[in-house]
Amino acid sequence: MTAPDVRHALGSTLADADILTEIEDLIPYGFDGTATLKERPLAVVFPRSTKQVSAVVKWAREARVPVVSRGNGTGLSGGSVPVAGGLVLCLNHLDRIVELDRANLTIRAQAGVVTQDIFAAADAAGLFYPPDPGSMKISTIGGNVAENSGGLRGLKYGVTRDYVLGMEVVLADGSICRLGTACVKDVAGYSLRDLFIGSEGTLGIVTEVLLKLLPRPTARRTLLATFAAMDEAAATVSAIIAAGIVPCTLEFLDRRTIQCVEDFAHVGLPTDAEAVLLIEADGHPAAVDDEVAHIEKLCREHAATTVRVAADAAEATRLATARRSAFSALARLRPTTILEDVTVPRSELAAMIRDVEAIALKHDVQIATFGHFGDGNLHPTILTDERDTAEMHRVEAAITAIVEAALARGGTITGEHGVGLAKKPFLRRQLGDASYSLLQLVKRSFDPDGLLNPGKIFDLPA
Amino acid sequence: MSPTSATPSAPSPAVDHGPTRHLGAMDYSVLQQCMHCGMCLPTCPTYVETKKERHSPRGRIALMRAVADGELAVSKAFGEEMYYCLGCLACTTACPAGVDYPTLFEAARAEVEDAKVLDSPKRNAIRATVLRGLFTRPRLLRLVGRLLWIWQASGGQTLFRRLRLTRLLPPNLRRLEPQTPTIRARFSHQLIQPVESSANPKPLRRVAVLTGCVQDLAFSEINRATVDVLRANGCEVHTPPVQPCCGSLHGHNGDLATARDLARRQIDLIDPDRFDAIISNAGGCGSHLRNYDHLLAADDAYAAKAATWSRKLRDIHEYLVEINFRAPLAPPSPQTITYHESCHLCHGQKVSVQPRDILRAIPGVELRECGESSWCCGSAGIYNITQPKTSGWLQDRKLDLLTATGADIVATANPGCHLQIANGLQAQGDDHTTVEHPIVLLARAYAAEAND
Repeated sequence: MTAPDVRHALGSTLADADILTEIEDLIPYGFDGTATLKERPLAVVFPRSTKQVSAVVKWAREARVPVVSRGNGTGLSGGSVPVAGGLVLCLNHLDRIVELDRANLTIRAQAGVVTQDIFAAADAAGLFYPPDPGSMKISTIGGNVAENSGGLRGLKYGVTRDYVLGMEVVLADGSICRLGTACVKDVAGYSLRDLFIGSEGTLGIVTEVLLKLLPRPTARRTLLATFAAMDEAAATVSAIIAAGIVPCTLEFLDRRTIQCVEDFAHVGLPTDAEAVLLIEADGHPAAVDDEVAHIEKLCREHAATTVRVAADAAEATRLATARRSAFSALARLRPTTILEDVTVPRSELAAMIRDVEAIALKHDVQIATFGHFGDGNLHPTILTDERDTAEMHRVEAAITAIVEAALARGGTITGEHGVGLAKKPFLRRQLGDASYSLLQLVKRSFDPDGLLNPGKIFDLPA
Repeated sequence: MSPTSATPSAPSPAVDHGPTRHLGAMDYSVLQQCMHCGMCLPTCPTYVETKKERHSPRGRIALMRAVADGELAVSKAFGEEMYYCLGCLACTTACPAGVDYPTLFEAARAEVEDAKVLDSPKRNAIRATVLRGLFTRPRLLRLVGRLLWIWQASGGQTLFRRLRLTRLLPPNLRRLEPQTPTIRARFSHQLIQPVESSANPKPLRRVAVLTGCVQDLAFSEINRATVDVLRANGCEVHTPPVQPCCGSLHGHNGDLATARDLARRQIDLIDPDRFDAIISNAGGCGSHLRNYDHLLAADDAYAAKAATWSRKLRDIHEYLVEINFRAPLAPPSPQTITYHESCHLCHGQKVSVQPRDILRAIPGVELRECGESSWCCGSAGIYNITQPKTSGWLQDRKLDLLTATGADIVATANPGCHLQIANGLQAQGDDHTTVEHPIVLLARAYAAEAND
């Protein structure tokens, strides 16, 4: 199978410009947002309808060509990287918001719609789509569903899964089927919809989603508290939760991350602080004012060196945007950044941060840490240089140690980025043999030929 | 292979294309700095237009890196891609990792010129005439400008257009003809004395003003206004009557050798040690002028002067705000203004707030923000000539947002943008909205004080 064969075979299905086979076109589809991956697909195709997706998948099955679905390639676990070559099926031309239903508080969108556009469409209608992954300005909703993306508002509002009511998928044989309904209550059979959320393109290809919306909170306020020690920040978080307050966002950045973010965003983060907490409360104005006052008091009681309440929505947005740049901004320190995504029960988080610090010392690697304090999702980011082989060996050892520490604390190897390629070596360790085999059984029943995103999550025994 | 493994999982290239002179020779960490996170994608006009990864900043960097790694030859497709990039630098503002895209972009285009993959007799002739023939000879450029002015002022152009003789032109010239800038009756040296004293008896600062090329021929009144506002704010202003091109056209079009020559000539003409600041009033030129330190870093004879030069180079708006310019005291003259940001002013020079501060300081001004104010208008140097389709798409997108504000005046601070927007308005039959440089509006307000 060569690129011209693909062009010849799919030429009647897709427009010529929607099939890419030149090397200059293929190289940029060899990676996503994950460090040190470099592959090359056989061809890249851009279907413009579900029917076209179905036709491409049908052909790929007959021709036994692997298919990797992709949105804008901002994944952080290698999910859309074509390790087995084959076709990259780019869904970013399926970019229509089909319907916003105010009566039922739902929005129906094609897989290639950018998350930010879904948020904006809901917002314009006085409604609210809460999931807000760091890359929401460019990540697609199809990708969010495939990876079950989280975001900054996970503590109060949950993750993508909590908003998916239904979807349209193309199965491995090219058949099109609808999963779920517009009903909040629906127990008709196994929830296949839930199986597809977080399935990383290995069970089928999501082409359209039906999402639940909420009424837009009438007030939103943000504050930033700085601390001279990470433990004090952690104690503050515990106190906030213990007081029965559930902020919508409870983020933290460590010193290194603060410095890099400030260097990029210039929002006035204190570069001499050991930790900052970025906290947002939303809801009814009176309740929000009350919560913010209470949080401010608790911060001061727990040795916060400064507490700054954002003056207006614009400042709050600037702070949140700065936080979203954290991972990328860390590249300012070293050329290779490897982002981890472990999650532990919230009560274990402060201890987990200490584990990470000890691991960095022990293995002599630079690690910056930031993440979602409120929901226990931690992003230790290893700052290194892929050209330094000796250091890369230490980095691998450090990554393994971090993952093992998280599992020992009852956590998970990935909170919101997916297993993809990055976490494959650790999945069995977390799940145990029985669950791991069940997963493989599910994969086989949906994709008997193993052509949908092969080599991701786990390898199938031959 | 897992991403946590010690070596990148690059398939070893079947063919090693060997080292290249620019991308292959540069500090590799500049290429490595891109972590392909995708934060740049929504800000890149060519990616937004096509949704194809090679038309995105990280896609282009991946191709550059493949060239540097010897995995990809400098091919015709690579060349076309590097010239499809607007060079608007919106990605540099969006990039949290701080990738030095301008350096990569210039190196990549220089690579393309070295490899001659886009060469054609016509392209070579145009490049030789325009880049090396015309834009290295300020006097010749003025002569051409003068001839063009005679053609326009004598009514020749009007008659030519009225008789629809433009049909006789080859198609690409036919498309460009209406975009010919209106040449001014008097150029900068006829409007500005080589040295003009400050309005204060005791000048507080001594500055040099760069008059530019297109700015000199088509917008000499902007240069005059620049000198006026500097004088009004306590500066003694030096404006050499004959100035070479700053080399930005050359730097952005893969002719780094000529760009370096022009930078040296500029420094020879205006010794940065003699001035408090060197002032540019054109976004595109200023962005390149600031870069002389990088451009001449390897030139032992000029590196130190170039470093001083870059340290002292200021955009006019930036400088006025820096020296606490005084707000005009003229009676309010009501005017609604919207501001279009030149890419190289906001993304290249990070000057975005200052022009707005200046506009707001003018009595009677209502500043109406337009959507996507920092999006490229499609002028992008000579992009409107080389890539008319994308340029036109960006022009339409820009005009829609500007006219949606209902403002009477579009303020912008770069001759390319100025022409692109003015021509667009004219083509739409809009004879009401005018395009002005913020500094001209400020100079007007200062002048109105005297008449008050």
